[in-house]
Amino acid sequence: MSSMMHAGAPHDQYVPEDPALGTTIMAAAFDGGVILGADSRTSAGSYIANRVSDKVTYLTDSIYCCRSGSAADTQAIADICRMYTSMHSVQCGERPRVQTAANLLNLLAYNNKDHLMAGMIVAGWDPVDGGSVYSIPVGGGIFKQDWTIGGSGSGFIYGYCDAHWKASMTKQECLQFVRTAVSLAMSRDGSSGGVIRTVVIDSEGVTREMITDKDLPFRT
Amino acid sequence: MSSIGTGYDLSCTSYSPDGRIFQVEYAGKAVENSGTVVGLVCTDGVVMAVEKLVLSKLLVKGTNRRIFTVADHAGIAVAGVAADGRALANQAAGEASDYKSTYGSSIPGQYLADRLGGYMHAFTTYGSVRPFGNALLISVMDETKGPQLWVADPSGTANSYRGFAVGKGKQHAKVMLEKLVAQNLTCEAAVLELAKIIHTVHDETSKPFELEMSWVGTPSGGKHVRVPADILGPADDAAREAVAEDSSDEDDEGEEAD
Repeated sequence: MSSMMHAGAPHDQYVPEDPALGTTIMAAAFDGGVILGADSRTSAGSYIANRVSDKVTYLTDSIYCCRSGSAADTQAIADICRMYTSMHSVQCGERPRVQTAANLLNLLAYNNKDHLMAGMIVAGWDPVDGGSVYSIPVGGGIFKQDWTIGGSGSGFIYGYCDAHWKASMTKQECLQFVRTAVSLAMSRDGSSGGVIRTVVIDSEGVTREMITDKDLPFRT
Repeated sequence: MSSIGTGYDLSCTSYSPDGRIFQVEYAGKAVENSGTVVGLVCTDGVVMAVEKLVLSKLLVKGTNRRIFTVADHAGIAVAGVAADGRALANQAAGEASDYKSTYGSSIPGQYLADRLGGYMHAFTTYGSVRPFGNALLISVMDETKGPQLWVADPSGTANSYRGFAVGKGKQHAKVMLEKLVAQNLTCEAAVLELAKIIHTVHDETSKPFELEMSWVGTPSGGKHVRVPADILGPADDAAREAVAEDSSDEDDEGEEAD
């Protein structure tokens, strides 16, 4: 993609890469809420521009999103979605629903698909639907699921997640599921690494955690 | 309280010395002279009824509709200028459709009422247009809040009510509605009660009328639809008889009292 942006440069000239979130991201619903998880590597080619990035991004007090793809694109999308969601919530006089934020994000992703490289996950808790997880892949489309994974690292853990996910997990079981899955992906995907950030959202509120090298369930 | 506002009533852009916008009030007159429209929030939905005055014997029965479905879960009953009302119903349908496309869920009652009210209000702020000569009763099965009845008037204000009436017979209808609100009726029961209200307030000396009714709630699976003919017909007949009995009772009392 960045090679397209620099078409016409001589083949031995240095061509900078756009910062990308190589990434492993995921979100899963448990009994009473959701957990979002992500690695923390932002790469620009083979250079790790940020080894402690925060890919789990605030949209509202009880809705967060995971970002994968172009760092710039996903930050812009999250910013605009945050604004529209908050405006809508003020107009309605209601707490924003996860469904609303996800649909707004999908409109941005789909209508601007020619100019974006962004694969995102929206998850959170609202009083109407409880905990919800929505996947909005590259190019748009919105898919409500019990759990979803994304980013370049996700390909390595589909088998693990399919085998180990179960319905109505407790918060602790779900946290273990997310951490182990992200850790496995980080150990195999060169574009994922660093720390594992998790965000737990339920009716009580939001809890952010980070686990670093020696606490990772799986290490390279 | 009616007065003319000579000199201050030529357009919406003028206030009268006592702070009134006469054009908006005159638009309200179009509503007051219209056939009665009533709505009632029930335990399991919302029912609306219209006294549709039939202006010509040549009209096909059921035509000249005054109640419109604007979304799966919402409908609008119109009092006042028919053509204006139709335009507003189309506007409402557009709002509901846009909302769903943008936000992914059904339009909330408050949001729809505020948008319609805002739209109507816009026409009261320019001298080059006229206000809508309508009051709208908006019945909604809100996804999170349940059955709601919103009312928008020509000034553009929209409020939520448990029951409301506009049009010729509104005073009497409101008195009857206040009693019904306390009874927490279901939609099925309300169909008969609203039919009775319309038959009661209808002025026998004016043109004949057709009863048009809609409901949204449990009996219709959460969708705004016309009350089915096999329920509306008997309710219409029963209401007509009940009102005829009441008035013949009154006649008897009159004879005895000499």
